[in-house]
Amino acid sequence: MNDVTRSEYCAVAIADCFADDGEIMGSPMGLLPTLGARLAKNTSNPALMLTDGEARILRGTPPLGQSGDVIEGWMPFRLVLESVVPYGKRHVMMGATQIDRHGNQNISAIGPWEQPTRQLLGVRGAPGNTVNNRTSYWVPKHSPRVVVEQVDIASGIGRARAEAAGPAATKFHDVHRLVTNLGVFDFGGPGHTMRFVSVHPGVTVDEVRAASGCEIHADNDVPETRTPTDGELVLIRELLDPTKLREREVPSE
Amino acid sequence: MRAPSKELTIDEVVGRIERGMTVGIGGWGSRRKPMALVRAILRSDLTDLHVVSYAGPDVGLLLAAGKASRVTYAFATLDSIPLEPLFSKARVDGTAEFREWDEGMFQTGLRAAAQRISFLPMRAGLGSAVLENDPDLHTVRSPYDDQEELVAVPALNLDVALVHMNRADELGNGQYLGPDPYFDDLFCMAAREAYVSTEQIIDTAGLTVDAPLQSLLLNRTMVTGVVETPNGAHFTDCTPTYGRDEKFQKAYATAAKTPEDWAAFHERFLSGDEAAYQAAVTAFREAASA
Repeated sequence: MNDVTRSEYCAVAIADCFADDGEIMGSPMGLLPTLGARLAKNTSNPALMLTDGEARILRGTPPLGQSGDVIEGWMPFRLVLESVVPYGKRHVMMGATQIDRHGNQNISAIGPWEQPTRQLLGVRGAPGNTVNNRTSYWVPKHSPRVVVEQVDIASGIGRARAEAAGPAATKFHDVHRLVTNLGVFDFGGPGHTMRFVSVHPGVTVDEVRAASGCEIHADNDVPETRTPTDGELVLIRELLDPTKLREREVPSE
Repeated sequence: MRAPSKELTIDEVVGRIERGMTVGIGGWGSRRKPMALVRAILRSDLTDLHVVSYAGPDVGLLLAAGKASRVTYAFATLDSIPLEPLFSKARVDGTAEFREWDEGMFQTGLRAAAQRISFLPMRAGLGSAVLENDPDLHTVRSPYDDQEELVAVPALNLDVALVHMNRADELGNGQYLGPDPYFDDLFCMAAREAYVSTEQIIDTAGLTVDAPLQSLLLNRTMVTGVVETPNGAHFTDCTPTYGRDEKFQKAYATAAKTPEDWAAFHERFLSGDEAAYQAAVTAFREAASA
């Protein structure tokens, strides 16, 4: 199959984030993360546990925008907060209005906390997520305003902040990946800073740097994000997202 | 001898709230919020409330009406619309004091209050802006071998809790019929007085005829008063009795963008009593489907 779209590269890059998680709860926030996690459950990690985004654990992987499926368990908000997050058998992929070189993320507000210039969601569960379980991020539009030197309000915390807060904050701290519409990154650069894992086909390292408000470390030559297999493309196009909702979040150029 | 009925009217419930009190509001975002009671507070002369809530339109409305001078929250959202416009406006304008916690910390604070202890330790919050922005938060060191330093989440003690249930009896036994209890039992136990609004007050025997025992979230020791408010969570979700009124919520969020539109919305829906509100909502629905 040819003509792989950018959103399809993003979907497999997100699926790969969940590939080695084993039997844990995946908590994808938003459209592409949900597609990627459902793809991982159909391919690399069938043990992955996923919910309908509300209170039901689903046995299967319904198409995007749908949540009807065999229910295998109950997961109300209280259990997420008091059990699953502190228990640690979870990998959350959150959005980020800002994410910085040190892996700090902001979904709270823009500007000074006391009186922001723009109010966002608030910190939500980001502080608890990042000190308790594996955390990844998804950014559908990589830009210098989103990928920044320093976030305004640290909702999710990177390694340096965790280390400054002491052993209780680092014990389970595990910021895994950042996937954007341009590439895949981790925080394995010098001093746990942002580093290239891959760029999506059609994107250059220079283009990513121009779209970033901070330096991104590159170990050597940056590889391209892998091509989806034919099986993955069938799953994405025919089973998981037949109405192409993915194109709304990451349009084909 | 029978336990006495706790049935009250909406205005009797609001009459028990005093200026300056800390009021916890149950539900979550735009889900099963005690909106009829919130609307009654809007009509009252109450001011200077400290509102504690997993915030949705409840907090937005109370801020816009100048009822809340302080808010403790973990997020503010309308769920299907990501941001709460009236809450956002109050934050940007700085019209109240705010305390923002991680959503797990918020639950832990309620649980500490429910257990009558001053704090509970937890990992969430460490290293984040939450501790920097709330000078009342402290850490606590484990006295055991690990010596870990954790967040000492203070109890969220409430004067009054307001929650909404699908059904209740007149004694205060409260039942949710949807998929999620949210944190309404903790809100009630964290409060000195807890008031439950409900879609329907029914006989006690009816509660378990067609619903499992586990749906009885509130027992009567946790509840001070009960008030029947049909469609009382509108426009938030109260599944399975009704879903969120998405068209109305959209109209609310759109109107909140300009003072003129908000004044018109307020005049149309919020200038009368609860019966007038429900009549205006019915008219809105009929106009929308015509």
